[in-house]
Amino acid sequence: MDLRFTDAAPDAAERAAVDDLLGPPPSGWEGGTGRSDADLRWARGGASAAKDRRDQLLPALHAVNDRVGWISEGALNYICRRLTVAPAEAYGVATFYAMFSVRPRPAKVLHVCTDLACAARGSAALRAELTDRMGSPGSPADGTVWQESPCLGLCERAPAALLLRAGQDPARDGQDPAPAGADGSRRAAVVAPATAAALVTAARAPEKAPQEPPATAAVPQAGDPALVLLRRIGVVDPASLDDYRARGGYAALRRAFALGPSGVVREVLDAGLVGRGGAAFPTGRKWQATAQQADGPHYLVCNADESEPGTFKDRVLMEGDPYALVEAMTIAGFAIGAHHGYVYLRGEYPRAYECLSHAVASARTRGLLGPDVLGQGYAFDIEIRRGAGAYICGEETAIFNSIEGQRGEPRSKPPFPVEKGLFGKPTAVNNVETLVNVLPILEHGAAAYAATGTGTSTGTKLFCVSGQVDRPGVYELPFGASLRELLVLAGPPERLRAVLLGGAAGGFVRPDELDVPLTFEGTRAAGTTLGSGVVLVLDESVELPRVLLRIAEFFRDESCGQCVPCRVGTVRQEEALHRIVDRTGAGAADDIALMREVGQAMRDASICGLGQTAWNAVESAIDRLGVYK
Amino acid sequence: MTAVPLQPPRRLVPFTLDGTETRVPEGSTILDACRSAGTDIPTLCQGDTLTPKNACRVCVVEVEGARTLAPACSRRAEEGMTVLTDTERVRHSRKVVLELLASSTDLSTTPRAAEWIKEYEAKPGRFGADAARVDEQPKIDNDLYVRDYDKCILCYKCVDACGEQWQNTFAIAVAGRGFDARVSTEHDAPLTDSACVFCGNCIEVCPTGALSFSTEFGMRAAGTWDEPAQTRTTTVCAYCGVGCNVTLHVQENEIVKVTSPHDNPVTHGNLCIKGRFGFQHVQNRD
Repeated sequence: MDLRFTDAAPDAAERAAVDDLLGPPPSGWEGGTGRSDADLRWARGGASAAKDRRDQLLPALHAVNDRVGWISEGALNYICRRLTVAPAEAYGVATFYAMFSVRPRPAKVLHVCTDLACAARGSAALRAELTDRMGSPGSPADGTVWQESPCLGLCERAPAALLLRAGQDPARDGQDPAPAGADGSRRAAVVAPATAAALVTAARAPEKAPQEPPATAAVPQAGDPALVLLRRIGVVDPASLDDYRARGGYAALRRAFALGPSGVVREVLDAGLVGRGGAAFPTGRKWQATAQQADGPHYLVCNADESEPGTFKDRVLMEGDPYALVEAMTIAGFAIGAHHGYVYLRGEYPRAYECLSHAVASARTRGLLGPDVLGQGYAFDIEIRRGAGAYICGEETAIFNSIEGQRGEPRSKPPFPVEKGLFGKPTAVNNVETLVNVLPILEHGAAAYAATGTGTSTGTKLFCVSGQVDRPGVYELPFGASLRELLVLAGPPERLRAVLLGGAAGGFVRPDELDVPLTFEGTRAAGTTLGSGVVLVLDESVELPRVLLRIAEFFRDESCGQCVPCRVGTVRQEEALHRIVDRTGAGAADDIALMREVGQAMRDASICGLGQTAWNAVESAIDRLGVYK
Repeated sequence: MTAVPLQPPRRLVPFTLDGTETRVPEGSTILDACRSAGTDIPTLCQGDTLTPKNACRVCVVEVEGARTLAPACSRRAEEGMTVLTDTERVRHSRKVVLELLASSTDLSTTPRAAEWIKEYEAKPGRFGADAARVDEQPKIDNDLYVRDYDKCILCYKCVDACGEQWQNTFAIAVAGRGFDARVSTEHDAPLTDSACVFCGNCIEVCPTGALSFSTEFGMRAAGTWDEPAQTRTTTVCAYCGVGCNVTLHVQENEIVKVTSPHDNPVTHGNLCIKGRFGFQHVQNRD
């Protein structure tokens, strides 16, 4: 590969941001200033070395974006020189992610959520007021630009906003970060529930924005002895490894070492654990298939790219009990024979990133991660990779491309990840909640675990309840509880109109269907889905056609653009919903028929789950709720 | 004498194609099987010299037992598989895909597009006059070729041909996301400022005419492009000793474009700037 660059050069801050991540340039060939005699005799690197470093592209783009606020031509050139990446490819990657900008913008970017839960709680009015005070979205004023954002995963505190400020970070990435607000230069401030006044204040002085409430505030059941996955949230100090161990932490890992890898897989199989990310695939089978692959190394990827609108359970777990995920990943890595685990964390979760980074770093210093975990001769380490604003990167193969420094486009299957996953090697991808379930399985045994729930859905499930309820938050219930029971806990509205189960890719249920059992098989039988556990409650004040329009907008924005049915189909769906937003009956019939046809093709012919499910919620609203009748 | 590369014998995989027991060499795709059985499957993003990207989804077929349809171009035939290529479901997806493409991009120079639209009874107009289109102006930033992205269906073939699959130049990539995704150089710079070496291999693989010789683009604009009247002569490029085959497309005694046979075992359709664009001296009569 013969790289060609434009003349644009990085400024000092951009250069420093990249060098902080990658170290100083080893030679003039890689962007160093001047070329020594030795450089002229010996060109290091080459295509194969470049391939090994390609996965640093996304972290490098983050480094510049975090320091300067946007990625200039000079900065992109410098990153490309350092990593031997073609500028066109790096540009393609940088423009794929919503949190990056390749045009100048202020250091402070305020993301205001427009998605379902926030819309149900007044985000439209908030944005209107914000437009009055700060100008229209996307137009910079006073060193800040605000923009509309898809779901920020703060649905229990809707309407939500997230302020990100670029600048020098005293605690560098990868090292033990200082807790937010300990110094004057806070990089992120969450404002939720947000008012326009609070947002204006926060934008002016992010360091003075009020601290976020602890994770336990999102768990209305906190303290309930029946909790399993959430039992430590609010009880344990999320920053203290000693506290975690004092509350039963690392007992499961000890048991795992006693059982051996195949024993762990057997235990997880017997427990009947299935994936909580939405697809409900048996975790034990995935692990077994990965462990059996002759090719190596094996990788573990924890999918923490929680972007389904209305989902925030993984955030609460990572913020409230981060060591649980570290321990669970160690067990999973041990079971599948992996020595390297990645957490792919969504970019909009700054606090979860801090909590988890701290947990990983302190576990490493204490020998719970590293070359010899717990003195058992097993090497395992965890690397956290941040996403940068792309829903599609929660798709299991898009994650691989994103980590590898490619555009986050899904791959076609087969081959499946257990065979060819991250870096083309056997990989197990598990959601945060799925992994955390491994702890009670090993602590109490498969039989005890499987005693909870139903025959095919064992254990407990986290539900993200948001919208018009009295007590939104993450709830944990044994599988088999009905939707009605869950709503009673959360305090349902007086005049319930509909409940959206499973998020934007899920489906609506009517108020007369509340007895649907919350299990994978029960919801499937009722023609809906549990998905990632979203329970969005809407009362009669909500205009459903606008909710559907927002769902369609979401999919249009988040489609990666790779395949035609999804790239153009999501646009046509949105156009049709626009046309009928105020119509009913015969006036809407033609467009509904059109959407059915497009929806069917998206479901049948799209490459990945995004396109395949983009029509689900709209279809269920038409068929079950009779929205346009 | 042309060398015929011999390959080790391959096991035959038995499977059912449209109700007929078929056997194809191991590793064959469903599309390979269909073509050898004489079944015509529409394809756009599939290229005979490139790894299938399966992005256009116009070649989808039904595999019994699968939840979704499978792209024939990349799905390999497996033992015991039952494949149906012309069911209602398949025809529906192909029809809608053609409608989505034709309503958003200009397929006027895509070979066979009009024929398929007719065959599948696609009606691109039914999304209304306001349906969003790609809406791009032709990019004319050099003398050799034009990028008319209004005709681009984002099949990734040019990106793959420019990148690691053939040319290793990496001058272009897909930038942006979703409906706004476009094939682009870095920062949308003109080709002359990019890494482009003007080999024109992207034009060779473009299935829609979005990439075309300046000569062809100009003649189409002037209404003088007359493909049936053109002759094609395959000869050997005279510039260097590699011996690449070039096919000269000649209209009214002028070379109007140059392609290269894809079945050439040395170049597989690839040329360099000289073979692709260096033909002016032939018609310099002064």
